[in-house]
Amino acid sequence: MTTNKPKTLYDKLWDAHVVKDQGDGSAIIYIDRQLLHEVTSPQAFDGLRLNKRMPWRLDANLAVADHNVPTTDRSQGIADPISRIQVEALDSNCDEYGITEFRMNDARQGIVHVIGPEQGATLPGMTVVCGDSHTSTHGAFGALAFGIGTSEVEHALATQTLVLKKSKNMRVTVRGAVMAGITAKDIVLAIIGKIGTAGGNGHTIEFAGAAIADLSIEGRMTVCNMAIEAGARAGLIAVDATTIAYVQNRPFSPRGESLAKAIAWWNTLHSDEDAQFDREVEIDAATIQPQVTWGTSPEMVLPVGGRVPNPANEVDAIKRGSIERALAYMGIHADQPITDIVIDKVFIGSCTNSRIEDLRAAAGVLKGKRIAGNVKLALAVPGSGLVKRQAESEGLDQVFIAAGFEWREPGCSMCLGMNADQLSPGERCASTSNRNFEGRQGAGGRTHLVSPAMAAAAAVAGRFVDIRTVQ
Amino acid sequence: MQPFTIVTGKVAPLDRANVDTDAIIPKQYLKSIKKTGFGPFLFDDWRYLDKGDLDIDPATRRKNPGFVLNDAKYTGSTVLLARENFGCGSSREHAVWALTDYGFRAVIAPSFADIFFNNSFKNGFFPLALKIAEIDALFAESASGSDFALTIDLPAQTVSTPGGLTFGFEIDPFRKDCLIRGLDEIGLTLQHADAIRTYEAQRRIDAPWLFA
Ligand code: SF4
Repeated sequence: MTTNKPKTLYDKLWDAHVVKDQGDGSAIIYIDRQLLHEVTSPQAFDGLRLNKRMPWRLDANLAVADHNVPTTDRSQGIADPISRIQVEALDSNCDEYGITEFRMNDARQGIVHVIGPEQGATLPGMTVVCGDSHTSTHGAFGALAFGIGTSEVEHALATQTLVLKKSKNMRVTVRGAVMAGITAKDIVLAIIGKIGTAGGNGHTIEFAGAAIADLSIEGRMTVCNMAIEAGARAGLIAVDATTIAYVQNRPFSPRGESLAKAIAWWNTLHSDEDAQFDREVEIDAATIQPQVTWGTSPEMVLPVGGRVPNPANEVDAIKRGSIERALAYMGIHADQPITDIVIDKVFIGSCTNSRIEDLRAAAGVLKGKRIAGNVKLALAVPGSGLVKRQAESEGLDQVFIAAGFEWREPGCSMCLGMNADQLSPGERCASTSNRNFEGRQGAGGRTHLVSPAMAAAAAVAGRFVDIRTVQ
Repeated sequence: MQPFTIVTGKVAPLDRANVDTDAIIPKQYLKSIKKTGFGPFLFDDWRYLDKGDLDIDPATRRKNPGFVLNDAKYTGSTVLLARENFGCGSSREHAVWALTDYGFRAVIAPSFADIFFNNSFKNGFFPLALKIAEIDALFAESASGSDFALTIDLPAQTVSTPGGLTFGFEIDPFRKDCLIRGLDEIGLTLQHADAIRTYEAQRRIDAPWLFA
């Protein structure tokens, strides 16, 4: 059925992938790419075996271990026997079925959401799924990308499709230009601060506006990465010249005649001018300050110049309870200036902020400086082996090391602390990751989410500082 | 999958909003490559005072007496009552496996995070959304008496309490059918294998670079 009704980008991507409309609000949607990692796939492969099913299409899958891998010397293998079993299960499942996998010692290994785009395995117009909520990252390319649970991993493996209900359309427009020193991370934290962690529930969020178009692909990935923290399963950004320049000449990207054909299609991947959104939110880019989260949910976020909220000012009893609980957990007090919060550890990494630009931004702040005496550990963890190699060729590793950081092997690391990289109870961390939930970086650990430059500045000062005041 | 039709069960009230999946089942348990055995670790950081891991026997750990599931009154609960945006955070289906392994059949809250919501149905676990005022009423009735149980009648789409409250709820017909019949979704989709093949053949022509 063709109509002339203007479509959103999400409508276009959805329509292009409908295998069968089931007539009950759900549709069978074709999946172009599935990314697999060790944590959410073993039970899916077991399900296939149990039901004597085979993967539908092997070349649609790409696997990598990232959550459990050590970020220190890998020649010894994985010390934790339970982690090792999980990584070995991925290896043997990929071997058994013939799925391409970047193993732990492959230079291309890294965080699944970093390597997909890096390899050209994520392309505009695709449907991309992975058993990981931050699959929303890949929406930066104008791809419909979202996280799924293990049952759906199995479903996608077995059928190359998922049964989905279409979500609603939401657009967040960031008008104008940001001030100097404001990054993609600050933009997305400010958006979450405005709409809340449930603000995008049931919606696919398209990020639009001049401030978004001005971002590099890497910055766009940071924004879409945290769409899930705004409650949206998928985030999207329209394809433009920046996108098309980025995706060319990568191992999985099209060449020659195919490329010309692809570009013609990619150029249509934007919302039509009069397309209707179910919900619209606008933000003036010039008002966005460097952001720091103070609590245990990404929506508990403030400009660096702000003060920690006072529960006494909150009329809603449930919200007041959440603030009180967060203050107690975080070990901070009402009305405390953000810049008075002293940190113990720094983590620069994760699928939000571990790409080359992030490392450059942090190294730019650290050059010629040392981390403060109260900072017990500062980690720089590149998102992939290729990012690491690039950073080393630019001498960034030496800047980090000279400043007192540890320069590690790629992986999820202290974003969730499934490996040895964790916070101890009560420790406070300036982190470039995406979740500040209780215990996220280690039981009892306290996480403050910030941009890479803000994390580097906090490392030097030993507490949070406004990046715009740092020379 | 265990069919879900009419379930009567004791209610455990968890009076918190934004209960995230890291709280439902912390990361160290995600290293298991099995689907079962997560029940003892459900709400681990809230439920125990000391740190746990897959290789630590939960029976040897110190329980937090202040946490609802450690209150003898709620032993054997099969329905969890919570506040808005339940299940936010990661995509880990382990969160649903932990809830079901513990013995819960349903969670009632004003709203749910999308991925958690979706994962629930794949496991015969019912994330049931009611209005905020109705949730308030259930919390109130739960606080007023011991052994508060309620009945979820999925075919009739009602929740009713011993105190005489009855609330209707909405559910997508496909999801309702799958829950009631305990259906395997993969098997259902594979009935459309021809449609998938037809779509794929056309896609190969339109976007050949996706089939390298
Ligand atoms: S870096 Fe963190 S958020 Fe990203 S995939 Fe790994 S654990 Fe998940």
